[in-house]
Amino acid sequence: MSISPVRRMRVAEVERVASRIKRFRLVDAAGHDLPAFSGGAHVVVGMKKGDHLLRNAYSLMGAPGDTSSYQISVLRTEDSRGGSAFMHEEVEVGSEIEITGPVNLFPIAKMGRRHILLAGGIGITPFMSMMHELSAQGADFELHYGVRSFEQGAYCDHLKAQYGDRVRLYQSDKGEKLPLERILEDQPLGSHMYVCGPKPMIDWALNLGRTVGWPEEALHSERFGAPAAGTPFVIKLARSQREIRVGPHQSILEALEQNGIDAPYLCRGGACGQCETAVVACDGPLQHNDHYLTDDERRSEKKIMICVSRTSGSSLTLDL
Amino acid sequence: MLVSGIKSRPQYAGLEPDIFAKLNLIICDRDGSDAVIEMLRRTDGEFAARSSVLLCAEGTEWSEINLIIEGMKPASAAPFPNLPATIARLKELLATAKMGTRIYAAGSEPLIGSVIQAAMDFGVDYKSVKTEHRGSLKRRVQCVHCKGFTENVTTNPVKCASCGLTLLVRDHYSRRLAAFQGVCIDAEVPGEIPETTVEFP
Repeated sequence: MSISPVRRMRVAEVERVASRIKRFRLVDAAGHDLPAFSGGAHVVVGMKKGDHLLRNAYSLMGAPGDTSSYQISVLRTEDSRGGSAFMHEEVEVGSEIEITGPVNLFPIAKMGRRHILLAGGIGITPFMSMMHELSAQGADFELHYGVRSFEQGAYCDHLKAQYGDRVRLYQSDKGEKLPLERILEDQPLGSHMYVCGPKPMIDWALNLGRTVGWPEEALHSERFGAPAAGTPFVIKLARSQREIRVGPHQSILEALEQNGIDAPYLCRGGACGQCETAVVACDGPLQHNDHYLTDDERRSEKKIMICVSRTSGSSLTLDL
Repeated sequence: MLVSGIKSRPQYAGLEPDIFAKLNLIICDRDGSDAVIEMLRRTDGEFAARSSVLLCAEGTEWSEINLIIEGMKPASAAPFPNLPATIARLKELLATAKMGTRIYAAGSEPLIGSVIQAAMDFGVDYKSVKTEHRGSLKRRVQCVHCKGFTENVTTNPVKCASCGLTLLVRDHYSRRLAAFQGVCIDAEVPGEIPETTVEFP
């Protein structure tokens, strides 16, 4: 159960924007206005296929003040667990889907004087709404966007047309590299860096930011992606006395939901802290994949973020 | 008299060197200089060589200023006669500073608060400023009624320097104003004022 209510949406438009990326425009199924959001916000889309339930987070890409529709972009991943395949193959104009949100865990630092946005591939999506907001405020920003090729990069033309020199493209098929060290070394005090893209890119950018002397508070990132896979195990629920099997490509949260248990969640990416759950017992090491718990909390093995983390043992008893 | 548990009351974690910063701007007063010297001792000479100290030397003898500056070597240090002059110089430096700059503040709460206030004006997150409280507990207080400031407050209650109301000094703090909030203490029964005590020596 998310703390934000479920909203039924109808797909109003589907457009292929790159070789493996589709853009979806969603309107409220009952015709109501939607809540306004802020740049960097996302919604969680619920996808039901048979008895299989999946929920994925997607960044909102439109103008934050536009309450008539929401837009998301979905990359068809090769190792899809079903989410992106479902969106690409089964969702068409007129389809109805459920969303929760919007929620923003990747907001603009409003006090910042300059904003450096770093996107890799489908990581461009949160920046689409952020740039709407920054541009409307007359803020100082620049986007550095790495794509495999012009064909595989989404919105390259649109971004160049809309924002001109503020947008720099780097095509890896042409051997172009994002010169991040040079960019970060010469920014005025009060700058903020934001990165969204593949995990190695995020780790690289955050690490480089620290080593060229940027403070932690000026380095922002958002990670999306399927929860890490692992070996199957059984979760025992101490309070409700139930046992549930977690599959190798399933998160604990997804296994609970499939069995009709409404556990709290918000971001489904290990960032927000909403799904923090107390560990009663565990017969193997915990595999923490979140970005929320402190190192001390991890070592204590008393808490787990059930949206992304798991165990390599055979069973895990939770206070649920 | 203080109501405790007010969340806006600042906490100061202590000076921690950031070895990756390209330039360290350190602002301190006489009492805070001990914390700065302790931090410099925990680091190598290169950290100190990248450091520049602004010393707020109000109420400090010349001979002592020289000793403090000598103690901070190899960091360069310059004394300023009071807090406003120190902050004015800090702002000049921040105006052209790059992102590799780290800001440290050590000493009284008005000094730390003024440094954070100046840094925030240049888009720096307040949590990026490393702080350590040393010395007097004196406070800058804003009267919530006339909005005037009373500097170096050590007693509770205190008379507002601007409008003359007797103010209860609270833990309620404004980072934007770098001041604790003072509220009229005898609003219900004028003249009913508790005994003045030195609460912030």
